[in-house]
Order: sequence, then structure tokens, then C-alpha cells
Amino acid sequence: MTETWLLRNLRAVRGRAYPRIVGANREPSWVFFDVVLPLLTVAAYAYIYKFMNAPKEFVGFVILGGAMTAFWLNILWSMASQLYWEKETGNLSLFLLAPISRMSILAGMAVGGLFFTTLRAASTMIIGIVAFGIALNLSEPLMLILVFVVTMIALYGMGMMFASLYLMFGREAYHVSNLMTEPIYLASGFYFPVKALGFWAAAGASVIPITLGLDALRQLFYPSTGELYQFLPVTVELAILSVLCIVFIVLSKLSLDYMEKLGKSTGRLTLRWQ
Amino acid sequence: MRDDLRTFKNAAWLGWQMEANWTDPFLFATYSVVKPIAGTLILVFMYLVITHGETGGAFFSFMYVGNAMYMYVAEVLFGVTWVIHDDREHYMTLKQVYIAPINFYTYIFGRAAIKIAITTVGVLLTLVFGVLVLGVSIDVGAINWPLLIAALALGLACLCIMGLALGGISFLTAKHGQGINEGVAGVFYVLSGVIFPITILPGWASTVSKFLPVTYWMEGVRRGLEPGVVADMGPATGLTGFSDLILMAVLVASSIIFLFVSLAIFKAADRAARRKGKIDWTTTY
Repeated sequence: MTETWLLRNLRAVRGRAYPRIVGANREPSWVFFDVVLPLLTVAAYAYIYKFMNAPKEFVGFVILGGAMTAFWLNILWSMASQLYWEKETGNLSLFLLAPISRMSILAGMAVGGLFFTTLRAASTMIIGIVAFGIALNLSEPLMLILVFVVTMIALYGMGMMFASLYLMFGREAYHVSNLMTEPIYLASGFYFPVKALGFWAAAGASVIPITLGLDALRQLFYPSTGELYQFLPVTVELAILSVLCIVFIVLSKLSLDYMEKLGKSTGRLTLRWQ
Repeated sequence: MRDDLRTFKNAAWLGWQMEANWTDPFLFATYSVVKPIAGTLILVFMYLVITHGETGGAFFSFMYVGNAMYMYVAEVLFGVTWVIHDDREHYMTLKQVYIAPINFYTYIFGRAAIKIAITTVGVLLTLVFGVLVLGVSIDVGAINWPLLIAALALGLACLCIMGLALGGISFLTAKHGQGINEGVAGVFYVLSGVIFPITILPGWASTVSKFLPVTYWMEGVRRGLEPGVVADMGPATGLTGFSDLILMAVLVASSIIFLFVSLAIFKAADRAARRKGKIDWTTTY
């Protein structure tokens, strides 16, 4: 690994992240589409809890879950599907010809996507908190930041792995992403404590990093509900998420290499309109 | 007339192929069922967490049926609008279809018809699942069939008409077509008494909801499908002052108003798209 190689790949990361950090915010319409629209679902679910006279923490659970949907949608549509879209628009062959590691492209997508989505999720969260008058406990800020960062690394590692797997797809890519929306909202407990699914279902769903991340964040924001609604203690969830970070990043590298090799041997890697 | 029927049939067949031929029939059937059932189960688990496992209340059936019927709102609006976007951006065939000697409206509604058919299967399966597994209160003997069929038909026509207006707008937009769709469908989800009664909304929002046709459609379908539940909910629905006849009259009137408004929007957008050369543009979104 030479210095030139490293610099070139860091530039590739920056170059791929740039459109998501700068370009995506140039047009102000994102405020409506990416912040207001998620709030509609959040509001609907919050009103259900209100109508049922649920404890007020549940409205907070919904707002947090609604904000986190931005990250999952970003994983599906801007990470997993991205190389497929690049293939369809003709950019993928340029990426493959460039003298850089493919992982730099994926890392750039992840860094840019994380920034882009955090901005949107934070906006949704703030508006939701103000609109519904929610109080959050911030007594453990460092733990909150640590859980969030580790969750995001694991989640975007998973997104990088999906991106290479999606190279095998044609039109299925759209449908697979579509299929992984509501079922994952359900399995990961975006709008209710995942513990309600039962231990084994929640354990199975924990392979999706957002499941444990969301459960841990809820415990930290609402410590008084911990015993009643927590799936696992925060420290255990953090440890599992740390393992998932390593697993997904290694798997993303292996799957990318495999898919590239397979794509070259079958001649389908940059074939469009399949 | 015969030409229109042929266009409708071929557009529906094309729509079916685009929806379903990416995989084998079994996987497609699974895909079509899993997504709506999962969406409904989110609400079910939200309910169960609060009631500690009870599903007997009238509100449970109210919420469940409303959510099942909302699939039509989301899919029909999306289905009509997506025809323009998908044909133009993805398959790049819109220009050929546009200049073909066929009725373009018939083509769009033919494509949307298959969405309605697929959604109908999802709605029916969701309702059957609800009745058999979750104890949703639908008594087949008590269903008011004339009201249910009339409300369903009028509501679907109204949704197709609204979809046409949104489809017109997507002639002029690049990436925003889907967002506008989701926005309109999302407004209906919150303000039309889909999963909770409109009386829980703040006063201003409750007033707005009475101007939305979907509010009356939902109420009409519920009165037809689960009259006992609507009676148990009582004044909480906020529409007890409307008789069945007035409810249907409001739905008819709003459908007619939306027909004229939607046609005007579509034609204006169509003219603007021609003038600006946007019928065959691709923006890679």
C-alpha cells in the first residue's frame, strides 16, 4: 500500500461522498420531501397511541423510530440499490475502470449518505419533538453518541454488503428494496418496542443493526421504561453491534470481490435493462 | 370504443408483465402478500403492546380495516402517476406511447387497472387474515353490500382521477413525482380517519379532513363492511351526522369536482410538457 494509492482512494471517498454532502442539499425541496413526509406517518402513529391513551413515552418511541426510518431507507435506496442504479445509468463501468479500490466507492457512498441522512433524521426528530411536546432524557450523552455511531457503522457496513449483492439483480433490485421496507419496520420495532415480538423473533431481527440500536437509544432516552420494554441491556446491545460492525464490513469486501469476479466471468456486470 | 377497449386490455397486460414477470409466480404472490400484511402487523403490534394482547375492541377493527383499505389509496395514486415516470425515465418508451394513435387516458387507466387488481388481492388477503387470525369484527351476514360496492367503486374512481392530476404533474418534475405522491397519500393517511377517528385531531386538522373525499370514502366502506364497529365507535368517528345517502352524495360530488380539476391539471401540465420538450426527457431519477 503506497502513499499515492492511499491518497487516491481517500480522494475517491471524498469524490463519491461529495454529491451526497453538497449536491443533495443544494435544492431546498429536500426539506419537504425528506423531513415533512416522514412526519406524516409519525403523526398518524402518534395519534393512534394518543387515541388509545398510551403512556406518553410511546409518542417519543414513534418519533425516534420515524426519524430512524430515514437511515433504513437510505440503506435500501441509496446504498444497496446504488450500484444497480449506477449500472443502469452507465456510471458503473467508469467506476470499475478507475484505478481505485471498489471499497472506496462504497465508503464514499456510506460517508455521504450518513451525513445526508443524519441531517434529515435530526430535522424530523426536532420537528416531531416540538410538534408533539416530547421530553427526552439526555443524562448519558456519551453513551447515546457511542450507541448511535456504532449502530451507523454496522448499518452502513450492511448497506455496503447489500450494494455488491444487488449487482446480481436486474429489475428485482427495485422489488427487493420495496419488500424490505414495511417488513423490516415490523421486525426491527421501528414504531413499538421490539420486545413485543417475543425473544426469538427479536433475536432474529437483531441481525439488522437498527433493531438493537433503536432499542438501546429508546432505553437511553427513556430510562424509566427500560425494565418494562427493553429487549437486552444497553451494554449487551452495544457489544453485539460492535461485532456486527466488523462482520458486515468484512462481508461487504468479500461479497464485492465475489460479485465482481462473477460479473466479469458471466459478462453481466455492466449489462443494463435486465 | 373498440380501439379504446383494445388499448385498455393491452395496457393492462403490459402493466401485468411489468409488475410480475421479474420473478416466478410463487415469489411474486409472496411479495404481493408479505408487504401489505407486514404494514398491517405494525399497527397490530402497536395495539397489542398497549392492550397487553387484547384485540376485542371496536377500535382494533376500525384501525385494521382502515389500514387495509388504505392500500388502495397508496397503490392507485402511485400506480397512475408511476406510469408517466416509469415509461419516461426507466423504459424510455413514453414518447412512442404518447405519439401512438391511441387514447392516452385509456392507456394510463389500463396500466392502473392492474395495480387495482393486484391491490385487491392484497386487501382481501389482509382482511381474511384479520378475521381468521386476529378476530377482526367483520360479520359477512351483516355486510351492507350495496353501500360497500357503491362506496368502493366511487372511491376507486375518485382515486384514479386524483392520480391523473398527479400524473400530469410528474410530466413536469424530475425526481419529485414519487415524493408528491407520497405526500398526498400521507396527508390522506393522517387526515382522513384511516387508522384513527378524525375527532382525535386538532380542531383545524379535523376541519380539513371534512374537505377530503377519502374521509367519506373510508366511512362509507366501513359502514358497508363493518356496520357494527361503526355503531360501537359512535360519535368518535366524527361523521355520525351524515346519513348513508348524504355520505354517498358527498362522495359523488367530490368525485365530479376532482374529475374537472384533475383533467384541467393534466391538460395544463401536458401542454407545458410539450412546449418545454419534456415528454421524452430523461433525468436519470
